[in-house]
Amino acid sequence: MTDTTTAAPATRVDRTRLFAWLQEYGVYAAVLTLLVLNVLFTPRFLDVANFRTQLVQVTPIVIVSLGMALVIGTQGIDLSVGSVMALSAAMVVLYLGYGVLPALIVALVAGAAVGAAGGSLVAYVGVQPIVATLALLVGVRGLANVLVPQLMEFRNPDLIALGSSSVAGVPIIVVIAAALTLLMAFLVRRTTFGRQVVAIGGNRTASELSGLPVKRVLMTVYMISGALAALAGVLATARLQASDPTSLGLFIELSAITAVVVGGTPLAGGRIRVLSTVMGALLMQLLSATLIKHNLPQSWTQMVQAVIILTAVYVTRERGPR
Amino acid sequence: MGASEEPVLEARQVTKRFPGVVALDGVSFAVLPGEVHALVGENGAGKSTLIKVFTGVYRPDGGELRYQGERVAFGTPLEAQRSGISTIYQEVNLVPMMSVARNLLLGREPRNRLGVIDATRMYAEAEALLAGYGVRTDVRRPLRTLGMGAQQMVALARAISVDARVVIMDEPTSSLEPREVETLFGVIRRLRDDGIAVVYVSHRLDELYQVCDRVTVLRDGRLAHTGPMAGLDRLRLISLMLGRALDEVRTSGATRFSRDHDAEATGAPVMEARSLTSRHVLRDVSVSVRPGEVVGLGGLLGAGRSETAKAILGALPLDSGVVLVAGLPLRRGSTTTAIRAGVSLLPEDRKAEGIIPNLSVRENIVLASLSRLARGGVVSDARVDEVVDAFIRKLRIKASSPHQKVSELSGGNQQKVLLARWLAVRPKVLLLDEPTRGIDVGAKAEVQALIDELADEGLGVLLISSDLEELAEGSDRIIVLREGAVVAELSGADVTEQGIMTSIAHHSPTSGPLAVEPVTRADHSSKAESHD
Repeated sequence: MTDTTTAAPATRVDRTRLFAWLQEYGVYAAVLTLLVLNVLFTPRFLDVANFRTQLVQVTPIVIVSLGMALVIGTQGIDLSVGSVMALSAAMVVLYLGYGVLPALIVALVAGAAVGAAGGSLVAYVGVQPIVATLALLVGVRGLANVLVPQLMEFRNPDLIALGSSSVAGVPIIVVIAAALTLLMAFLVRRTTFGRQVVAIGGNRTASELSGLPVKRVLMTVYMISGALAALAGVLATARLQASDPTSLGLFIELSAITAVVVGGTPLAGGRIRVLSTVMGALLMQLLSATLIKHNLPQSWTQMVQAVIILTAVYVTRERGPR
Repeated sequence: MGASEEPVLEARQVTKRFPGVVALDGVSFAVLPGEVHALVGENGAGKSTLIKVFTGVYRPDGGELRYQGERVAFGTPLEAQRSGISTIYQEVNLVPMMSVARNLLLGREPRNRLGVIDATRMYAEAEALLAGYGVRTDVRRPLRTLGMGAQQMVALARAISVDARVVIMDEPTSSLEPREVETLFGVIRRLRDDGIAVVYVSHRLDELYQVCDRVTVLRDGRLAHTGPMAGLDRLRLISLMLGRALDEVRTSGATRFSRDHDAEATGAPVMEARSLTSRHVLRDVSVSVRPGEVVGLGGLLGAGRSETAKAILGALPLDSGVVLVAGLPLRRGSTTTAIRAGVSLLPEDRKAEGIIPNLSVRENIVLASLSRLARGGVVSDARVDEVVDAFIRKLRIKASSPHQKVSELSGGNQQKVLLARWLAVRPKVLLLDEPTRGIDVGAKAEVQALIDELADEGLGVLLISSDLEELAEGSDRIIVLREGAVVAELSGADVTEQGIMTSIAHHSPTSGPLAVEPVTRADHSSKAESHD
């Protein structure tokens, strides 16, 4: 009983098709347009150094938003990612004495543990995702501050190298983010787990009746989001060459949600667009960089970003009711 | 009981269409002041649409609505409520976190001179109001701390206290204890004596006979019957609801089933459910299915047919009972284990419980068998394509490509996609809940033929259908449920539409030890039915 084609069917169809196209390729078109405009109008835009800076800056957001896309695909949301970054920043310096790898593992496990806490609240207790992860957002930041109360510098050359060296001119952290993007795309498209995540987001009751391990999958999704946020925290710390649990990752959950939404993943779940999510993050980064280069104040950037978010949501919504 | 002749609420030749269906087709219905009028009908008969027309949720496309002798058109539910038509829905729709008193007087709380709510007076008023319905409780407590019955009473008290002339009750007893039902009936009788008109919607025939004066039967959006309750034979009422005139029950023909009911399926049951019990829903239901056998579940809406199927799959919380598949008990409450053991359920509500709308035909088909089509967690595209192509061909699913979104298919093809999903897991028992509802005639015949074929291949099938003809012709054996309990088991020559209707009508749960029965094997029903 959905009557979408009521008045003026011809224009309606055109609009529907336009919106469908925009939802599918809008982000790519927007990124491309911005790039072309920049090449034409921004001096020294094609500078390699400039590109590197932009990519390095956006890397933590990209990594966090990969996990966020997965969570949003299940009709959930993970607000705890910023605090998990802070926690992993604290963990990694505390355990740096054992070497980079053990410290990294401890940080990732801590992130996954926070995800498990949120995931079990959501899956087994039935707490709404926004509430469960809001509690973690507050609590985990506090825990991180208890562990490392103030900015703590470190001199471990390996960790510094992780944050600042490059492979064939590309910063290692960018390579890591790219690899994770491909891995996530593979996970979503080709694995049992990925298909189950999408199905659960699309129709949870039907998934349960089809025998999918709904609770376990939900739990895993939040754990992955936590681990990815922890990795982003370690990489950001490595680049800063200091652990800063007080301010690291503040508000990054909002940037990640923005990237996912602008990328065309509906908040209603049932669809996960990995590459578009990365494009969404790049678009926002490129946008603010462009406006800054043209000496427009930060407040302008924010307003333009708001317009883009609303447009993305509007386009996604139009396709929503089937 | 002082019923005057002028109806207080009346629908004349009301028609309501939705895209693709006519929900109400020239239905006339009138309720007199001081009468309790039963409104009955099976799924899709148009009861809820009619109620929604009365309460201002829907506007009729044709016909007129008359209230207290005047033509009316309610724009919103609030308008209908203000003019004195109150509705109590199946699920209580009040505010669970607010106090009982706040709920009762919501929107018309007594205020003091400053315009602030006068709590003392509010509590006193609420207490007095509830006491009138035999409910004594602390009105300061949040509503949700009350039992379901008490909540229902609060809803009722609220509905009536707004100066209602007409009270519409939609299955008010579905979650009540027998004692609470008695209280409710007391209240209903008092309303009647006060000259208030009550429209009573329920599937429990006993209740209708206990409390209603007149009855209107709807079927497929049309008026099937209206008349006094007293003197209306049970069997006749059921045949009116199910749309089978007793003398014109055909023997066979219209369906595509070709089963011979004499085929005595022998051997051990592939699935055996023993004494499934769940409060308010199922009472001691036992069902078994042998390989190659189609067992029908008969009964009216709300008799517990779908619930039995869900319970077998482990999707309905049970208080007691056990399900055995191939002789081994399943872990209770785990659909995953049930499916792994070989139980599959084609759910009744295709849209809400079946398809994943935003996924493709292909992905919907392999959803339940993903783990089998994957190696090390990675789905093998080649194997998926193989399975999907095979089923699209076998079930003749009409889709532009396997990658078409399932939500774009017709109902019949969606149903076939779901069947394919379940056949792909190679089940031992297939539970089919209304497999042909809402699909066109051609697809219906195909699905019926397929059920036959699957049973011939040795699958055990549990068939639920409100289409009596389909049930009688498709099943080898039929278990008839009523109010959540098994009342009869029909086999052999008794598997007929007539037989089903007779069992629904004549096994009264109130009549204690079961009296004379045409076909009996209802060992487990008598002790469970001291209820009521």
